[in-house]
Amino acid sequence: MTAIAAETRRTAVKRVTFPRVLLSESTKFRTLRSSWITLGLSLVLLAGFGAIAAYTYSPGGAGVTDGPPGIAGRPLDAVSLSLMGLSFASLVAGVLGVLMSAGEYSTGMIRSTLAAVPKRLPVLWAKALIAFGAVFAVTAAGAFLAFLIGTVGLDGEAIALTLGDDGVVRSLFGAGLYLGLVAVFGVGLGTLLRSPAGGIASLVGVLLLLPGLSQLLPDSWEDTLTPYLPSNAGGAAYALTQAEGALTPGEGLAVFAGWVAVTLIGAAFRLKRADC
Amino acid sequence: MIEARELTKRYGDKTVVDRLSFTVKPGEVTGFLGPNGAGKSTTMRMVLGLDAPTAGEVHVNGRSYAGHAAPLHEIGALLEAKSVHPGRSAVGHLTALAQTHGIGRRRVDEVIDLAGLGSVAHKRVGAFSLGMGQRLGIAAALLGDPEVVMLDEPVNGLDPEGVLWIRNLLAQLAGEGRAVLLSSHLMSETAQVADHLIIIGRGRLLADTSVADLVEASLGGVRVGTDEAARLGPLLAGPGVSVTSSGDGELQVAGLSAREIAAVALRHGVLVHELTPTGVSLEEAFMELTRDELEYQSAPASGRTER
Repeated sequence: MTAIAAETRRTAVKRVTFPRVLLSESTKFRTLRSSWITLGLSLVLLAGFGAIAAYTYSPGGAGVTDGPPGIAGRPLDAVSLSLMGLSFASLVAGVLGVLMSAGEYSTGMIRSTLAAVPKRLPVLWAKALIAFGAVFAVTAAGAFLAFLIGTVGLDGEAIALTLGDDGVVRSLFGAGLYLGLVAVFGVGLGTLLRSPAGGIASLVGVLLLLPGLSQLLPDSWEDTLTPYLPSNAGGAAYALTQAEGALTPGEGLAVFAGWVAVTLIGAAFRLKRADC
Repeated sequence: MIEARELTKRYGDKTVVDRLSFTVKPGEVTGFLGPNGAGKSTTMRMVLGLDAPTAGEVHVNGRSYAGHAAPLHEIGALLEAKSVHPGRSAVGHLTALAQTHGIGRRRVDEVIDLAGLGSVAHKRVGAFSLGMGQRLGIAAALLGDPEVVMLDEPVNGLDPEGVLWIRNLLAQLAGEGRAVLLSSHLMSETAQVADHLIIIGRGRLLADTSVADLVEASLGGVRVGTDEAARLGPLLAGPGVSVTSSGDGELQVAGLSAREIAAVALRHGVLVHELTPTGVSLEEAFMELTRDELEYQSAPASGRTER
């Protein structure tokens, strides 16, 4: 019979450390098909929608005067055109995050994970970092790609811009940062709710439905609160020009990061305290 | 070594594990027996720190599970419910677990070979049969070459060859000085591999005994039929022997074999017309122990007509 003992038994017992957990979580991420599908889809949505919007643009033409919900009501510019696919990409990025965490609960993998890392919290931080890193890298690239393709389509139009123009690079990076944080938001929601369906539903609710519901508030409340809603704050982070009543890009990013942080803290409490 | 002291788990007002104390010693296979719903899996989850005890504590090699810097080297576990993402390959799953402890790729290959998964190592786990899933769980349990191995219903879904493989594996693990805890709801299968038994029902400890002792206890006695019961009784009596008169011309003798009783009767010229060993099987002894503690008891099959 085969020997059970490792050839290197007891000579090389290593502790569980955060870098090791991070490496383990990156392996988990790489070895699931859903990671690659969602990453690829967010890239295609960003670059594809942006390119189509730019190529079909005609000044004063109907159809593209309203951007995605996050940037609605702002003057149309080359950047907002190229980020036309962003709200779809944000859902995909959020789903990626939810699947990374809630997928472990629905499959039972979480028991193996937490048996290997009984301190638990390093798993959540590692997932958050990986979700952010992967989605930021891919979607920032997607935003630049969309803009560069769009530049060709908008050549000669009044709203055409180049990468050298004020705020363009900041906006495109801002889009990547926002989407990276949305993925972390998904990780938090998935850990908190432990169900892919519940996590995705709340993601859609918070990002897409909440801004609409805020219109039900009294006007004075609405004006004060609306800019601070997650997707509106996030929208400020990647807008080329600051809309009236909206936050500055820095404020918007900070406010959205705050929402994500609150969700992650809730997730950390549930992960640490509750049985699994 | 696993040591549980007064381990208790309550969900609301339902007590699933009730002040359970036991020790799983190195070098032995300890069978963890109980009917379905007795609290075996909950106990095992508490050993791994997945569920927190309501009261009491359980230590693995002298410490709580979460207190170990490298827990996979202390105890390896196969839990009853599937604990693997079906979208990942066996290699991917084991590699991810190994990396948390800095365990190298070579050990991953070793446990894959050990579990006989070489040919399916790169297939998605979702396509695995129940038996292959169990083998993967056992490969994961052995990844850290742990001193304690805990397996929840490992033979579930295994074919006869797999069952034999598990039996040999358990014996080998214990032979190497490891502590092995094996849960099951089948006495017959457990008694073949275990040295020691912990039997629980509704979360409470019913028996903590060696298999040899239980076999002896379950042997029961011998029913002796004779017309001279009053004379034979005192002749059989002695240290470690109990004789009770169970009816007219009938004795119930414990502590002597039928052959020994026959020898005494022949020596004293007592006519014996019946010698029936009345022992029960291990399975019956187990049923007897747990009968009052069943979580889900089936009603007698004979239908009672409702009026």
